[in-house]
Amino acid sequence: MGSLIALWAGIPQQLQGLVIMVAEILGVMIAVILGVAFLTLAERKVIGWMQIRIGPNQIRIFGLPYFKGLAQPFADVIKLLLKEIIVPTNADKVVFLIAPLIALVPSLSTWAVIPFSPEFVLADIDAGLLYILALTSLGVYGIILAGWASNSKYALLGAMRSAAQIVAYEIAMGFALVGVLMAAGSLNLTDVVRSQAGGMLHWHGLVLFPLMIIYFIAGIAETNRAPFDVAEGESEIASGFHVEYSGATFATLFALPEYANMILVATLAPVLFLGGWLSPFEGLLPPGSLLAAPSFIWLFVKILWFLFCFLWIRATFPRYRYDQIMRLGWKLFIPLTLVWIGVECVMAWYKFGPWARL
Amino acid sequence: MGAVRNFTKTLLLGELLTGLGVTFRYLWKPKFTVHYPYEKAPQSVRYRGLHALRRYPNGEERCIACKLCEAVCPALAITIESGVSTDGTRRTTRYDIDLFKCIYCGFCEEACPVDAIVETRIHEYHMENRGENIMTKDKLLAVGERYEAMIAADKTADAPYR
Repeated sequence: MGSLIALWAGIPQQLQGLVIMVAEILGVMIAVILGVAFLTLAERKVIGWMQIRIGPNQIRIFGLPYFKGLAQPFADVIKLLLKEIIVPTNADKVVFLIAPLIALVPSLSTWAVIPFSPEFVLADIDAGLLYILALTSLGVYGIILAGWASNSKYALLGAMRSAAQIVAYEIAMGFALVGVLMAAGSLNLTDVVRSQAGGMLHWHGLVLFPLMIIYFIAGIAETNRAPFDVAEGESEIASGFHVEYSGATFATLFALPEYANMILVATLAPVLFLGGWLSPFEGLLPPGSLLAAPSFIWLFVKILWFLFCFLWIRATFPRYRYDQIMRLGWKLFIPLTLVWIGVECVMAWYKFGPWARL
Repeated sequence: MGAVRNFTKTLLLGELLTGLGVTFRYLWKPKFTVHYPYEKAPQSVRYRGLHALRRYPNGEERCIACKLCEAVCPALAITIESGVSTDGTRRTTRYDIDLFKCIYCGFCEEACPVDAIVETRIHEYHMENRGENIMTKDKLLAVGERYEAMIAADKTADAPYR
């Protein structure tokens, strides 16, 4: 141990910083991937419970008699990684194999600007919100390239549906974020959270409630989750853009980005609207108490709630028809967000709510 | 006025929230999944599963090759060829049931005048190769011999209701 410390001290200052940086990035990535793994399990469990079933309950961690089914995601991952990767004969082989990575990289790199706690954020950049908007729209390239490279009509149709849907809901989501930007007065996510300090009544989710709902629904649509999962549409296009994918490419194209994006949306919702790592008891309890202190735990609880909403909504609603999705996105959400931005302007003019503090 | 109320209702997601409430209530309900390989649902004595050909207690085959089962079979799953046995009686030389054609309706069992062909309560069986779906006479008799006690008990239990 002592020699290790000596070794560490021997490394130049810049290199030390680099090592710490890489370790932090790896830590966040591993946390996200583990989150994805357990989210798949949680999804099957929660939907099972809501359908009065049990869900996976066989695979145990090291055969221990507790938490039956907890090791299911690892069994799934091992199965998928060991499977053969089939490349269709007429597929564009290079694009076919690169597309999953193109889908994966943006969904992991967005985590760089997420403020996990008051102290910990990988890159505290000023245009964090813009960075997230830009990268979440990049994810659609992976899907559309996968659909195109598969040289399959189902895959192409699924990819086109997905792209059209993401473009439609990106606008509503962008407007919802504009609302947050107006209330917070900053694009830096840490500042967005800080601007909500001072108790639950100061959270943006209160004055921007419609925008929060629209943001979350648009987030569901962006991640192609039920009830907006027409891109997969089993009954019509046989699971859409990933029909031709198998094994590890399937895991990296479909499972990882989709679930990582779900977690991202579920993380951004509290960061933007529900005070991120701020405690809900802030201002209610004396300032020194542990419950009122901002910490990662609060963010984690809020993330869990939004993830549960994702699964809950999937277990409840039937799939939207495609034209209904487009109607909802273009004709309902965009006008609604615009109206609420107008309402915000009025509130800002009369120095109401968050604008009183700006 | 109705249109306005309808619009507000849709806008406030009323019906969607009702639906979410239903699923949330069901989340806590006791589950009635049967943990299948470990626990099994009760079976009727009339359960119609894998077929068997029975013998009399003295070892004589019950089947007299009357071909009633072949005639009644709606799926044409049974093929019978008859011949004269060494003791001069009419017997089947071939008795095949195609399990892939069979719809497990139990008509063959009903039609049989001597209770030779029966459907047992065995339902956990599988095939690994092509052709194994054809239950030949030997295989059917083997099933009958192996599970005779169970088949006899089921028949006795069901007898008062027939």
